[in-house]
Amino acid sequence: MYDVQRIITDILGLLHLTDISHFLIPQIGVGGGVEAKEHVELMPLIKSTLIFLAGIGTVLGLGLALAAKKYSVKIDPKVEQVKDVLAHAHCGACGYAGCEQYAEAVVCKPDVPPNLCIPGGERTCEAVALITGKKALAREPDFARIMCQGDWNRAVKKFKYEGIQDCRAVILAGGGDKACRYGCLGYGTCSRVCPFDAITMTYNHLPYVDITKCTGCRKCETACPTKVIEVLPASRQVIVTCHSKDKGGETKKNCQVGCIACGICAKVCPFDAPSVEKNLSRIDLDKCKVCGLCVLKCPTNAITDFIPHRSKAFVLDNCIGCRICTKVCPVNAPSGEQKELHVIDQTKCIGCGICTAKCPVQAIDGTFNVAEVIAAAAKKKAKAA
Amino acid sequence: MDFSKLFELVIAASLINNFVFTRFLGLCIFFGVSKKMETAVGMSITFTAVMMISAALSWLIFNYVMVPLEITFLKIIVFIGIVAGFVQASDTIMRKVSPGLYYKLGIYLALISTNCIILAVPLINAGEHYSFIESLAFAFGSGIGFALALVIMASIREKLELADVPAPFKGLPIAFVVTGLIALAFTGFSGLIKL
Repeated sequence: MYDVQRIITDILGLLHLTDISHFLIPQIGVGGGVEAKEHVELMPLIKSTLIFLAGIGTVLGLGLALAAKKYSVKIDPKVEQVKDVLAHAHCGACGYAGCEQYAEAVVCKPDVPPNLCIPGGERTCEAVALITGKKALAREPDFARIMCQGDWNRAVKKFKYEGIQDCRAVILAGGGDKACRYGCLGYGTCSRVCPFDAITMTYNHLPYVDITKCTGCRKCETACPTKVIEVLPASRQVIVTCHSKDKGGETKKNCQVGCIACGICAKVCPFDAPSVEKNLSRIDLDKCKVCGLCVLKCPTNAITDFIPHRSKAFVLDNCIGCRICTKVCPVNAPSGEQKELHVIDQTKCIGCGICTAKCPVQAIDGTFNVAEVIAAAAKKKAKAA
Repeated sequence: MDFSKLFELVIAASLINNFVFTRFLGLCIFFGVSKKMETAVGMSITFTAVMMISAALSWLIFNYVMVPLEITFLKIIVFIGIVAGFVQASDTIMRKVSPGLYYKLGIYLALISTNCIILAVPLINAGEHYSFIESLAFAFGSGIGFALALVIMASIREKLELADVPAPFKGLPIAFVVTGLIALAFTGFSGLIKL
């Protein structure tokens, strides 16, 4: 019996303990201020707490709801749709800060064309045009071109650089370790900034652009400290790949493949595309017909032909023997008498495609530009008819 | 009002008791946005502005509502609510009123609303019984201190990008090491003034 009584008193004692209003409630702030109260009335405290919390919750909630209502920004559902079809590379090639900004601009502004997303390509362009109701115009792709061929074997170095292996760091050390201060430094900054892995470094430290991956987003162009990367339209495939503005002799000393501004390219070009300015030849891309003649004649091989393989021209049976091809050919490859089938000397032909373009009956085949020429002729015919 | 006291508060909050380097608060944002100088500067501006306004708001609520009602023990919950509500409201309003500013600084607002420095400043203001102006000065000092930390860290990390860091230390680990070293340097400020 005694035990039961003791247990009951113990339990009552415990219950007594749970009444916290007998205890001091210390209030410790982060800053160290300690407030303690002798006695706390529990019920009014709970009441005011609940009222206060409910009140502040209501005020904040109502305030936010009102703000959301009053300051609501209508977002066109098209923006969301356009955003979904974009490439999401956030490369900035479109000229906007990111994909979201471009999506908004293309939906809201009537003069923003739908073909600006370069990584997205043609399909994205069509999809964006469909959503926004704009006309899709396929855009000629741009590719990054390295305007230097002076790899570490062919270009002279003025000192041995030991340090951080990044062009942006190298340029700080006396303008780079190459004797030519215009050329590619070859420490691969462009290959690291490329979001599409299109640039790889070759074994002799020159970047190689894989044009199947390059989208022309210009990230490498901005990152390159010597500004030796240019982003050019894809069809412009004959380019002076040198940026050296040094005098000819100096360039020759510094690099085996630099442009020495001899002007031979300007002389041989049938279309007057190259011109020498400030000790550097530059091909006017609008005049250039990518015939590749200058590539062969350049004494330092400073001009690069990006057409991988130039197939040679041959004459088809519908040749009328007009002798025009023999006159326009820069290397005298075609021969033949008037009104007879001509032949093109395969050993002489360089595949420049000039005769293909000039032939009045499209009787020359085999060069890189055949499809283009035939399409143009068909268009002309259709127009005439 | 004692101007020198305010100045001391600003110095104390920004240098001596720098939130990042001596109290080690707000590290997630600190490491998150200190990769680039541009974002660091944007974050610093937004952060200081939000900090001052939320300190003022919570000071008013604390001293005019919570102290009379004797419910100061609720301050953590209430301050979180006030700050989050204010940030959300300013986010909504800014989007409408000045979209340009919203695109520049709006992305940081969401990060700020749950930041612990933003909560710590009103709490310290309450705990130390600062006056209204003093709380503002303290909030300003803390904002400047955070901005300083972000700018220092961003400039170092931009250089670190180019450095030859051992593979296991690349990225966040080396950033932590650097932060520790700067924190050591910041201990040099202690004893600058006596509060």
